[in-house]
Amino acid sequence: MMNSDALLKETDKALLSGREYAGASRIDGPLVYMRNTHPVGYNELVEIIAPDGSVRSGQVLDTSDDAVCVQCFEGTDGLNLPDTKMHFLGEPLTLGVSEKMLGRVMNGLGKSRDGAALPASEDERDVNGVPMNPTAREYPRDFIQTGISVIDGMMTLIQGQKLPIFSGNGMEHNQLAAQIVRQAKVRGGKSDFAIVFAAMGVKYDVAKYFIDSFEETGVLDNVAMFLSLADDPSLERTITPRTALTLAEHLAFDKGKQVLVIMTDMTNYCESLREISTQRGEIPSRKGYPGYLYSNLAEIYERSGKIQGQAGSITQLPILTMPNDDISHPIPDLTGYITEGQIVFDRDMHGRGIYPPINCLPSLSRLMKDGIGEGMTRSDHPHLSNQLFASYSHVQDVRNLASVIGEEELTELDHRYMEFGDFFEKNFVGQRFDEDRSIEETLDLGWKALSLLPAEELQRLTDEEIEEHYKG
Amino acid sequence: MQGRIVGKVKRVNGPVLTASGITDAQMMELVHVSDLGIVGEIVKLREGEATIQVYEDATGIRPGDNIYGSGMSLSAELAPGLIGNIYDGIQRPLEELRKLSGDFIGKGIAASAVDHEKLWHFVPSVSVGDRVHKGSVIGTVQETERVEHRVMIPPSVEGELTVVNMVPEGDYTVTDQLALVSSDAGKTTVVQMLQYWPIRVPRPVADHADLRTPLVTGLRVIDTLFPLSKGGTVAIPGGFGTGKTMTQHSVAQWCDADIIVYIGCGERGNEMTDVLREFPHLIDPRTGLSLMQRTILIANTSNMPVSAREASIYTGITMAEYYRDMGYNVAIMADSTSRWAEALRELSGRMEEMPAEEGFPAYLPTRIAQFYERAGHMKTLGGSEGSVSVIGAVSPPGGDFSEPVTSHTKRFVRAFWGLDRSLASARHYPAISWLDSYSEYIDEVKDWWNSHSQDKWYQNRQKIMELLQKEVRLQQIVKLVGPDALPDSQNFILEVCSLFKTAFLQQNAFDEIDRYCSIEKQTKMLSIILRYYELGSEAIQKGVPMVKIRRLQVVQDITKMRFNISNENADEIDKLELKLERSIMQLGSLYDEQ
Repeated sequence: MMNSDALLKETDKALLSGREYAGASRIDGPLVYMRNTHPVGYNELVEIIAPDGSVRSGQVLDTSDDAVCVQCFEGTDGLNLPDTKMHFLGEPLTLGVSEKMLGRVMNGLGKSRDGAALPASEDERDVNGVPMNPTAREYPRDFIQTGISVIDGMMTLIQGQKLPIFSGNGMEHNQLAAQIVRQAKVRGGKSDFAIVFAAMGVKYDVAKYFIDSFEETGVLDNVAMFLSLADDPSLERTITPRTALTLAEHLAFDKGKQVLVIMTDMTNYCESLREISTQRGEIPSRKGYPGYLYSNLAEIYERSGKIQGQAGSITQLPILTMPNDDISHPIPDLTGYITEGQIVFDRDMHGRGIYPPINCLPSLSRLMKDGIGEGMTRSDHPHLSNQLFASYSHVQDVRNLASVIGEEELTELDHRYMEFGDFFEKNFVGQRFDEDRSIEETLDLGWKALSLLPAEELQRLTDEEIEEHYKG
Repeated sequence: MQGRIVGKVKRVNGPVLTASGITDAQMMELVHVSDLGIVGEIVKLREGEATIQVYEDATGIRPGDNIYGSGMSLSAELAPGLIGNIYDGIQRPLEELRKLSGDFIGKGIAASAVDHEKLWHFVPSVSVGDRVHKGSVIGTVQETERVEHRVMIPPSVEGELTVVNMVPEGDYTVTDQLALVSSDAGKTTVVQMLQYWPIRVPRPVADHADLRTPLVTGLRVIDTLFPLSKGGTVAIPGGFGTGKTMTQHSVAQWCDADIIVYIGCGERGNEMTDVLREFPHLIDPRTGLSLMQRTILIANTSNMPVSAREASIYTGITMAEYYRDMGYNVAIMADSTSRWAEALRELSGRMEEMPAEEGFPAYLPTRIAQFYERAGHMKTLGGSEGSVSVIGAVSPPGGDFSEPVTSHTKRFVRAFWGLDRSLASARHYPAISWLDSYSEYIDEVKDWWNSHSQDKWYQNRQKIMELLQKEVRLQQIVKLVGPDALPDSQNFILEVCSLFKTAFLQQNAFDEIDRYCSIEKQTKMLSIILRYYELGSEAIQKGVPMVKIRRLQVVQDITKMRFNISNENADEIDKLELKLERSIMQLGSLYDEQ
């Protein structure tokens, strides 16, 4: 039952949203300004009617008793000052969510892209989401086996984690993401998987690659795709990850599914934010990106995880291309501060033909420590990965030395490190695109690599572990 | 909505509002905006207009909405019940919010920081007729098994006071009257457990005291090489993935402070969940009680409103000061102050202020200084001594220590634990660099340390730091010509330093024995490594090849002593030292005969 106050408010809202205002006072890029409206709420959804009668949607960015600034998601081409009309709908941008959206292709705002009508929605949700209460979270600790040795062994993916791929132009991040989708499984349990795919500003071919790859694997019916391609309005990209995550939240926390969200390419998303920020005349911080880039990215990345007492989870695998392969660029830098680790691609390994070209030294999974070991993967896993990191890190020193004094001058021990390094990169990190290794195979391979080194160099392992697995 | 109307919304731009028609609103007054009840604070006043920053998402606020004044500044509630709780940046208890609005944080919900209904057993310590003054303790409440909460007369009550009325021992709520005090001028004041304090104002103290006692953390690289005093300030800068949060967690878990305030300021939600999940099960080695019994958590994660993030560190340090005033040693961890500075930048940008370096407002250094200056070892108004130590993490963009937040922070802290990316990549944890880090407290804590290490600490620390410096120069040579070019005596320095790094500096936070290292064990561990250097060098002079020395079984034992010898059995290290002496002597005698 609505009380009279609430009823009054509802009628008010209906009346106000029925009002139509004509005549913009200024149009600048994606921004439309309008004067003399009724008091409009911040973040309210707007219907913009272009002179040719087409309807576009927008959102209030700034509101005052004098003028309202609206950003138009579908671009402002064809709008003019006198004939542009607006309705203010009195509520924030929402997405009608439904489980039946799996198997469908939508645009960045969640409207149908394949022509057919969307299924009736089960719920209308604010795309901006609301922060999860930290006390309601459940600490993620279920290991996802990706079948890729360097990830499973060295930077284990955990259900409910956000683990981005820091790549560069021309490297195989799409292949890796597709391989993860194909091979990912939770051990020892059947689970209800769903995939939400968000593409921001990527080329059609890239989107097509993913569609084909999902089709081949036969998971297409379990994938909801939100595509905002390179030729779509740049503003739409700023909403795309939010609509995608709104559906993901519905699937995970209302339907109990294990949702994997793949977002590519976050760099394009940030570029769009910068574009709008500049157009609004905001004070820029590093490299022209807005000062709120961190908070803004956090609003996206933090929408992952698990909730106590609920079966579902959201695991995020955002992909971003580092401009000029520079990991200290604001986009990868701020992302790394929010996400729970990162998978870093290396141009040099890519050049040497190693797939996946993951450099494990700067890569990290923060949730790994609680998801591996006895009962989860294997008891020797924590120490083994630690030892591999330490030894491989020493390999880099040896290689630097070798490049100065020549390989012949190296000591016997250093030669063995060189040998270990090569084996590790070629056989442990490197694997085929269709190769699915179990965690046991991965760990045994790690031991095989370490067996190239003398046992007394393995200080991070216990004597018992060396006794059991070392074969040098 | 109660409260007086102080104005109307004129413009909404994200978390910053402009209001017009302002009547009697005060600077920094706490306000509620619109019928949604969104909490905000007045940050600027100008000719009938005010700028307000709101602590929640501003969606739905419209021009023309009313603004309700509360008549007071944004204040923290201070009373028994704070310990063991988890709050957001403006001290709303998150557990309560979850009961009110479910797994996600709804809008416009309010809950008081401490339970106003709960009964606490109060034991008075003064009686009618006693002379008291502000800050005096009038009685105690057992807040947790570990913390005795001392009920004090609020610092806002001026003058010499006489107790005119006092309740007997019994159970009371935080708002029940406990005592009535009267000033000599005849003004009476009611004293209850609950008091309010504006978060942006430091709580007053009687005087500063010396910083001569170290905050023992159980982390060897900190305690032995770069100690922090109780009441001191330190910054931990490091790029992402270098282990700032891990280091903060370790210090929060094992340091010998009485109370910990842990502020997750703009960081990850899962990290706070980790703390919440882990702390109740961790047992404090000193008291045998759960660590949660001394901890207050503030979780304003990165996706929670940015203005509440700005407020969170003030909320935290106000609670810390409150417990300091009771005579406790409090340690506060702020993770991370860079997020707080970014919140300042974001709000400043929204207010269209002129930016200084990298978009940060020009008052950034002032704010950083004000925050760190609230630390210290103090003589309290109540006549006891207490301290607030501040451990602030800094997240420099791109790991570049020359950026504004790191460089300004360095000016206002006296210790610096710099985290190094290459150490973190090699999984050398804690990745505190021994070359970049420093502590200005070394001379101040020298007496304490020497009296706890048979006068060895200061000397030994000097010796090992010297070796580490030498190692850097030798490494440069090695990089050019290879290790074979060095004579054994110099190669041995490299060997000892590498042993020192693996056996001493590295510490495994997940190992039952290694995660906390007592002062006694630290002293002995350092001694034995230096002894190894001395004896080894002598042997090498006699002609023993270095390879023979490093292959000794006892060297392996030294490497693993951090795992194999517990704090209680630290004497085992003495035995190891004897074994070392014997082994090297035997080895030496082989070469004597030749």
